[in-house]
Amino acid sequence: MSRASTLICLVAVLGGALLLAALNLGTAPESAAHVPTYVVSLVGKYLCFAILALAVDLVWGFAGILSLGHAAFFALGGYAMGMYLMRQIGTRGVYGNAVLPDFMVFLNWKALPWYWMGFDNALFMLLMAVAVPGLLALVFGWLAFRSRVSGVYLSIITQALTYALLLAFFRNDMGFGGNNGLTDFKDMFGLPLSTESTRVGLLLATAALLCACLLITRYLVTSRFGRVLIAVRDTESRTRFLGYRPEHYKLFVFVVSAIMAGIGGALYVPQVGIINPSEFAPANSIEAVIWVAVGGRGTLVGAILGAVLVNAGKTYFTGALPELWLFALGALFILVTLLLPGGIMGLLSRARKAPKAAAVREPAE
Amino acid sequence: MSRPQEDTLLYLDGVSVSFDGFRALNALSFFIEHGEMRAVIGPNGAGKTTMMDVITGKTRPDQGRVVFGRDTDLTRLDEPAIAELGIGRKFQKPTVFEPHTVWDNLLLALAGDRRPRFTLWARETAEEAERIEAILATTRLGELRRRRAGDLSHGQKQWLEIGMLLAQEPQLLLVDEPVAGMTDAETEQTAELLREINRTRSVVVVEHDMDFVRALGVKVTVLHEGSVLSEGSIDYVSEDPRVVEVYLGR
Amino acid sequence: MIRLCRVLLLLALLLPSAARAQTEDPFTGLASDNFDTVAAAVGALATSGNPRAEAIIAALQNDALYFADGGKFYIKNGDDDFVDARTGAKAPGINEDDLTSVSVNNAVRRAIEGAMGNLNLFSANRATRLKAAGEVFKTRDPAALPALDRALAKEQDGEVKQALRQAQAAALLARPDATDADKIAAIAVLRDRGDLAASGVLASLGAQSPAVAAAAATAAAAIARMQEMWSLAQSVFYGLSLGSVLLLAAAGLAITFGVMGVINMAHGEMVMLGAYTTFVVQQVIRAHAPGLFGASLFFAVPLAFLVSGAAGVLIERCMIRFLYGRPLETLLATWGLSLVLQQLVRSVFGASNRDVGTPAWMSGATQWGGLTITWNRLTIIVFAFLVLAALMAALRFTSLGLRMRAVTQNRRMAAAMGIRTPWIDALTFGLGSGVAGMAGVALSQIDNVSPNLGQGYIIDSFMVVVFGGVGNLWGTVVSALTLGVVNKFLEPVAGAVLGKIVVLVLLILFIQRRPRGLFPLKGRAVEA
Repeated sequence: MSRASTLICLVAVLGGALLLAALNLGTAPESAAHVPTYVVSLVGKYLCFAILALAVDLVWGFAGILSLGHAAFFALGGYAMGMYLMRQIGTRGVYGNAVLPDFMVFLNWKALPWYWMGFDNALFMLLMAVAVPGLLALVFGWLAFRSRVSGVYLSIITQALTYALLLAFFRNDMGFGGNNGLTDFKDMFGLPLSTESTRVGLLLATAALLCACLLITRYLVTSRFGRVLIAVRDTESRTRFLGYRPEHYKLFVFVVSAIMAGIGGALYVPQVGIINPSEFAPANSIEAVIWVAVGGRGTLVGAILGAVLVNAGKTYFTGALPELWLFALGALFILVTLLLPGGIMGLLSRARKAPKAAAVREPAE
Repeated sequence: MSRPQEDTLLYLDGVSVSFDGFRALNALSFFIEHGEMRAVIGPNGAGKTTMMDVITGKTRPDQGRVVFGRDTDLTRLDEPAIAELGIGRKFQKPTVFEPHTVWDNLLLALAGDRRPRFTLWARETAEEAERIEAILATTRLGELRRRRAGDLSHGQKQWLEIGMLLAQEPQLLLVDEPVAGMTDAETEQTAELLREINRTRSVVVVEHDMDFVRALGVKVTVLHEGSVLSEGSIDYVSEDPRVVEVYLGR
Repeated sequence: MIRLCRVLLLLALLLPSAARAQTEDPFTGLASDNFDTVAAAVGALATSGNPRAEAIIAALQNDALYFADGGKFYIKNGDDDFVDARTGAKAPGINEDDLTSVSVNNAVRRAIEGAMGNLNLFSANRATRLKAAGEVFKTRDPAALPALDRALAKEQDGEVKQALRQAQAAALLARPDATDADKIAAIAVLRDRGDLAASGVLASLGAQSPAVAAAAATAAAAIARMQEMWSLAQSVFYGLSLGSVLLLAAAGLAITFGVMGVINMAHGEMVMLGAYTTFVVQQVIRAHAPGLFGASLFFAVPLAFLVSGAAGVLIERCMIRFLYGRPLETLLATWGLSLVLQQLVRSVFGASNRDVGTPAWMSGATQWGGLTITWNRLTIIVFAFLVLAALMAALRFTSLGLRMRAVTQNRRMAAAMGIRTPWIDALTFGLGSGVAGMAGVALSQIDNVSPNLGQGYIIDSFMVVVFGGVGNLWGTVVSALTLGVVNKFLEPVAGAVLGKIVVLVLLILFIQRRPRGLFPLKGRAVEA
C-alpha cells in the first residue's frame, strides 16, 4: 500500500500494456519480437482479473468482508457487455434476425424481453455494467450489514447468492442464452473485435481502468474514511461505541467494490469472446480470493500481482500439465494460508526489513 | 430509592435483562447526576457489564426504561446514536485500533461528523490537531503520537482508550475496570486522570480494586444479582452487613 | 389339476344359466357372415358359462376356429389335428377343405378381447383376476356385467372383490338402461375408489338424470379433494426424502461447524470419499463374494465412517489445528483441500461417474393408497434418523462425547481437568467427517458417484446448519426437513431450479433477519 509500490505497479501495468501494444502492432508477424494477438488478449484477461482481485481486496483486506460471491458482480458486468455485443451482431447472426439474438430465435421468442431494451446503446450498456452489480450489492449489503451478518456467515450467504444466480442464468427462460451464454460477438463501438488493433485497444483500456481503480482504492483506504474502515475491520463494536455506523462504511465499499468487479467483467467479455453462467460458479469467486491471498491481503498492489501470477500459472498448467492444475491451485490455497499469511507483498516487506534488523541484532551477539 | 432530581443525567428505571432464564439485571434502578463520579462495585455476575451494555445500547432490556438527560429513552436507540448523544464507553479489555497510530486513534475518536460522505473527503484541520495535542498532554502520550497503537504497553493502551473517550467529548463516561493489570504507579495516575476528567464530565467507574475505589473517594453503588444492594460512601458500604455477607459469604 | 378344478368350478357356477344357453345357442351366430352377429355371439359365448368358451374364443383369436355344415365347430391344433369345439374331443378324419374359417374383423377382435377379459375373471390366479377386473374397469363394457356378477358371487379375496365391484360400477354406469338407484350406488363405489381413473369414469358419464348428475358431481369433487390430499402427502414424502438427504449431508457439518466452529469447505469431499468407499466395497464383493452383494451397504457404512473419519483426523492434525480462531483462513485452506481431494479421486478413479449398484431389497417401490414410496428413499429416511440418533447418543452417553462437550464449552477448564484437548479436537473433527462418510454411502444410492459429488452438497449443508442454528443438532434436523419439504412444495409451482433459487433467496433473507438461525443459543457465552 506504500506510495512506492503503488507507483511501481502503475508504471508496470501501463508500461507493460504499451510495450505489448507496440510489439504487436509495430512488428512484422514473422519477426522474433512480435507478440501474437492472442497473447495481447490473454494479458488483457489477466488485467480484468486483476480488477476483480482489487475489488475483492478492497472489501476483504480493508473491511474484513470475505465475499465468496464477487465473481457474481464480475459476471453481471460481463452479461451487460455481452447483451450489448449480442445486439451489435444484428443480421449477421445465423438466423439473420435484426432484433432478436440467435438463441431467442431458436427458442421461438417473438419479441425482445423488456430487460434487453436499450442494450443496443453503448452508453446504456456502460451504465448497466456498473448499475446492476452496484444495485445488487446495495440491496444485498444493506440487508446483510444492517442485521450485522458478518464473518463466516456473510461469506456463506454471498456464496449462496452467486450459486442462486448460477442456477438462474442456466435457465433458458431467463433470456440470457441459458447454458451456452452469449457469444459469437462481431464488433464493439463499431470496431470489429477480430482485428489486432481492437484487441490492443481493449488491452490498453483495461490497463488504464485497472490503474484508475488502483488509484481510487488507494485514495479510499488512505483517506480518513479508509482509517475508519480498517478500524471497523479489526474492532467493529469499538467503532460503534465511538458513534460510527459500520454498516454504512461497509455498504459503501461493498458497492464500490461490486461496481469495480462489474467493470472488470465488462472488459473481460469482449477479450475472451464469451460469457456464460459458469462465470457465476462459487469456485470462481473463491479463486479470486486466493489471488488476493497470494499477492498479500490488504495491500492492493498485491491483489494485482497475485491475480496476474496465479492466472499466468493457470495458463501454463492447464496447457502443459492439465491434471496437475487443481493440485497446484489447492496446494496454493493451503500453503498460502498456512505458511504465507502476508502473501508475496508480506514476504517482500519482510525481506526489505530483514537486513536492517539483522544489522541491529549483530552487535548484540 | 429516592426520586430523581432535576439535574439527573442518567436514570435507570426498573431495568431487567435475562439470558436463557438467567437474570443478569433484576429491576435495577439508579441514577447519576450531572458532574457526578460514581463507582460501581459488585462480585462477579452482579450485572455490572450488562448494565453498561444496556446503557450503551448493546443489549436491549426486557423491561424498564433508561432515560438520559431530560427525556431521551436510550432503549430505543442503537450504539452509534447513543454515542452521538454523548455517552462514551471504555471496555474492560483495552480496545484501540491497533494498526493505526496513537494520533490516528485520537483523530477517529474526535467528536465530529461520523458519516462516510464526510470522512471520504475530510482533511485534518488545525483545530483538530490542537484538540489532539491537548488530549495527548492530558493522557501523557505525547511522546508516542506516531507509534502504532498495537505496539503500546497495556497501561498505555488503557490511557489511549481513555484519551479516545475524552476526544469524543461525552457528557457521561462509562469506564469498565480501568486499572486491571496496571502497576501501582499507573493506578495512581489513572485515578488522577479520572478525577481530572470528572471536573467537566460525569463518570461511572466499574472496578474490582477497592484501593482504587477508595482513592477515587466518590459515592459507591454495590450491585448484587442484578440490583442495587447498597449505596453510599466507601466506608458506609464496606460496613453494610449485607455487603459484607455478599463479599465474604455467610 | 388346476385346470380340472377350474372346469368343475365353472360348471358348478354356470349350471343355472345352462338352460338359457341352450335356448339361444351362441354357436349359431359364430357361423354368420355378418361381423356384428359374430361379435355378439362371442360376447354371448363368453358369458354363457360354457366350460369350453375359453378354448373356443382363444381359438377364434388365433384364427383356428372353423365350422362345417350342420353347425359343427372345430378347433385346429395343427395340421390335420382337429378337435370338436363343443366337446373338446378329438375329431379325426376332418378335411380342412370341408371347413370354413370363422371370419374376424376388428369389431370381432374387440369382442374377443372383452370376452377373454371376462373369462380371466374366473382365473385361478389371483393376479390374473385382479388384472381382468382392472381391464373391465377400463373398457366399461356393460356386456361384462353378468360375468362380473357371477365372479363377485364366488370371489373370496377381498382385494379382488373390491376391484370387481369397481369394475361392476364402471360397467353399470355405461349401461344405458341402468336405474338411477343403481347408478348412484355405482357412483358411491367409484368415489370410494377415489383415484384419477375413477374421476375419469365420472367425467365421461354424459347426460344423466339430475339426481345422478348431482351424485356424480359430488363424488368427483370428493375424489378431487382426495387426490389433493394424496398429492400433498406425496409432496411431504418427497420433501422428507430430500430433507433426510440434506440432514445426512449436514449432520457431520453440524459437528465440525456447529459444535467446533470449523468451516470445513472440504466437508463435501468427506461425503464423496464415503460414496467411493461404497464403490470399492461393491467392487470387492462383486469380485470375491457376489452372494454378499445384497449386504454390501452394511459393510460400506462402517468402512465409510472409518475412511472419512480417518481422513478427518488427519486433516485436523495436519492443517486445521494451525488455523483455530481464524475462520476465514480455515475456509480458504479447506477449500484448497477440497480441490486437491477431488483431483486425487479423479486421478485414481477417473473423472466419469462410477457405477454403484442398489441391492435388490432397496429397489422398486410400494403403493400405499395414493402414495408411491420407493424403497431406496424410504431406506435413506430411516438411515438418516438412525445416524442422527447414533450421533446424539454418542455425544450424550459416551465418555468421548462427554469430553467433546466439555472441550467445546470451556476449553481451558477441560484442559485443566486433564482432558487432552488436542486429541479431542481431532476426534471430534473425525467424528463429523465420519458421519459425512456415512452420508456418502446413502448418497451413492441416489446420486452420481463422481469426484464432484460433494460440491453439490456443500452450500446446501451450510445453509441447513446456519438455518437451524449453529451448535444445535435438533435445529439441524428441523431445518433440514423444513428445507426439504419447502423445496418440494415449491417445485410444482415454480419448477425445480426456480424452486431451489427461491429457497436460497428466502434463506439469505432469513439469515439476515435472524443471523443465529431458527434455534439460537442465547446468553453471554455466545458473545465471546
